Amino acid sequence: MDPIKTVTGNAIPLDRANVDTDAIIPAKYLKRIERTGYGPFAFEAWRDDPTFILNNDAYSGAPILLAGDNFGCGSSREHAVWALQGMGVGAVISNNFADIFRNNSAKMGLLTVILAREDVEHLMARAEELPGAQITVDLETQTVSTPDGWSRRFEIEPFVKDNLLKGRDDISLTLANEGDIDTFETTRPTFLPETKA
Amino acid sequence: MAEPRTLAQKIWDNHLVRRVGGQPDLLYIDLHLVHEVTSPQALEGLRDSGRKVRRPDLTLATPDHNVPTDDRTEPYADPLSQQQVSALRKNTADFEIPLYDTTDERQGIVHVIGPEQGVTQPGMVIVCGDSHTSTHGAFGAIAFGIGTSEVEHVLATQTLPQRPLKQMSVEVNGELPPGCTAKDVVLTIINRMGVGGGVGHVVEYRGDVIRALSMEGRMTLCNMTIEGGARAGLVAPDQTTIDYLQGRPQVATGDDWDAAVAVWRELVTDDGAKFDAELVIDGSEIAPYVTWGTNPAQSVPITESVPDPDEMSDPAAREGANRALEYQGLEAGTAIQDIKIDRVFIGSCTNSRIEDLRLAASVAKGKKVADTVRAMVVPGSGLVKKQAEEEGLDAIFMEAGFEWRDAGCSMCLGMNPDTLAPKERCASTSNRNFEGRQGPGGRTHLVSPPMAAAAAIAGHFVDVREVN
Repeated sequence: MDPIKTVTGNAIPLDRANVDTDAIIPAKYLKRIERTGYGPFAFEAWRDDPTFILNNDAYSGAPILLAGDNFGCGSSREHAVWALQGMGVGAVISNNFADIFRNNSAKMGLLTVILAREDVEHLMARAEELPGAQITVDLETQTVSTPDGWSRRFEIEPFVKDNLLKGRDDISLTLANEGDIDTFETTRPTFLPETKA
Repeated sequence: MAEPRTLAQKIWDNHLVRRVGGQPDLLYIDLHLVHEVTSPQALEGLRDSGRKVRRPDLTLATPDHNVPTDDRTEPYADPLSQQQVSALRKNTADFEIPLYDTTDERQGIVHVIGPEQGVTQPGMVIVCGDSHTSTHGAFGAIAFGIGTSEVEHVLATQTLPQRPLKQMSVEVNGELPPGCTAKDVVLTIINRMGVGGGVGHVVEYRGDVIRALSMEGRMTLCNMTIEGGARAGLVAPDQTTIDYLQGRPQVATGDDWDAAVAVWRELVTDDGAKFDAELVIDGSEIAPYVTWGTNPAQSVPITESVPDPDEMSDPAAREGANRALEYQGLEAGTAIQDIKIDRVFIGSCTNSRIEDLRLAASVAKGKKVADTVRAMVVPGSGLVKKQAEEEGLDAIFMEAGFEWRDAGCSMCLGMNPDTLAPKERCASTSNRNFEGRQGPGGRTHLVSPPMAAAAAIAGHFVDVREVN
């Protein structure tokens, strides 16, 4: 994972609640065994509708996605994160995210920023009116801001923030304390099952 | 005296490998289930970094999502499906992970085979790269879905960093009305909770209706916990749990069995433990539910009609309902029983166990599937299939005109040949009615197995309470 400090650019206003991961990337595209190449298939079913926001070239390549309530619900597929990153999105802003999607995003370096609903709506209205309007998500200062001086602070777990800023692989972090795992394993009851065939 | 704790908090605390201020807890994982879709990138990651699988003996793999359920001759018609299943074989061989391959009668949907083999037990922490891992909570375990990066972390370390979850109690009191199943219990709960109501929580299901459910019913219930947004749901173990587990292949025997049972009997929420959220439902509110929309909370009892979005006060709900009706090709005010169906799917990790098949067969027995309907029954594992055949359920289904298939995820998710055509309408015992879930343009209505069987015969939704 590459370190992230800021994501700046225009934003796609996807004003729908409960956008599920099947909508973000349909199951038929989960057959690949790589982590890349999903971008062209993101939101595929909705792209049949000519009025769908992503069919407006003005938002093409926008690095920020403005989303409705409970974004990323449903399946655990990390492919949803890979698909968003594949279409160039580096930050998603919503008032609420599904748990697994949020965890997957943190692991992959996709920022999930929680703002109050009215603030998300403010940004959506602005992005609809001016498709090129700029937004900056600054991870270090934990702020979302626009060039006209509008700014909001967002919360993020310090541990996640630190990992994102440093682009850190948390498997290495865990293995740095492997002794704790060895010790824990000596305390596990003998009745617990094993999977050996 | 120690602060009273919930069952989920106790299990969590029992699995703490490391707790450091400002960091997520590091939890030990007792069981990691693996399938072909969410694992290849994780195992490739291990290979690239020269890491090993720490505990292959606590890891179990099976192909389920891509596997054709009619003709399993290889190579599969879809080369990408074949590639994923072949990659699972190579990866499990390279990393010495036990595999129930397609030729093994124990192969099946990951969330069916874990309990069946007895590797799912009370008090454990269980993960899988699949959101329906919540199923295993039926045994009084913390079980939740993870993404591929987390799969890689568990493979390498047998642990997972996790923030503690908030605690939610869902209590269903009284009795389950006749004609209703665990599926109707969970559809009722999600209808009340909404699809995002459980975000950030682990749910403990309590109350007399839950206690009276069989293990299979509890699995159906916990399976759909994720559809209400909660990552995990569990039921405290009791005699029903213990009876189900005794004698299963991977369950302890002798002194170890006695020790296990003694520990399991202590797995309860303390009196006075605090929940962050509570939902109480009276059993009499439960009815055979049918979803009309494109999320699992958009549902009504079979006796009602498709709701009118204009009567919804919340703008987001109204807009969601309008979109859903357009996608589903439905008009507000249409009686649910007047909705005709083209397909019926009985299967999935929600409803493909022997009890589900028995319930569906009891409705189908001696009847015929409507001429306008194509219906299929897909057992959850090779062993469920075998048992159903020993009980003669296959004959009941086939005489009624249902297709009788091999085990797999099948038409739940559109990754294998079993899919809906655009605009085809399906009564499905699966867990998600999202747009395109069962195939692009397909229209899904979630129901219980007996409701699905009754709809297959009538050609439209019917109230199973009037059929029997």
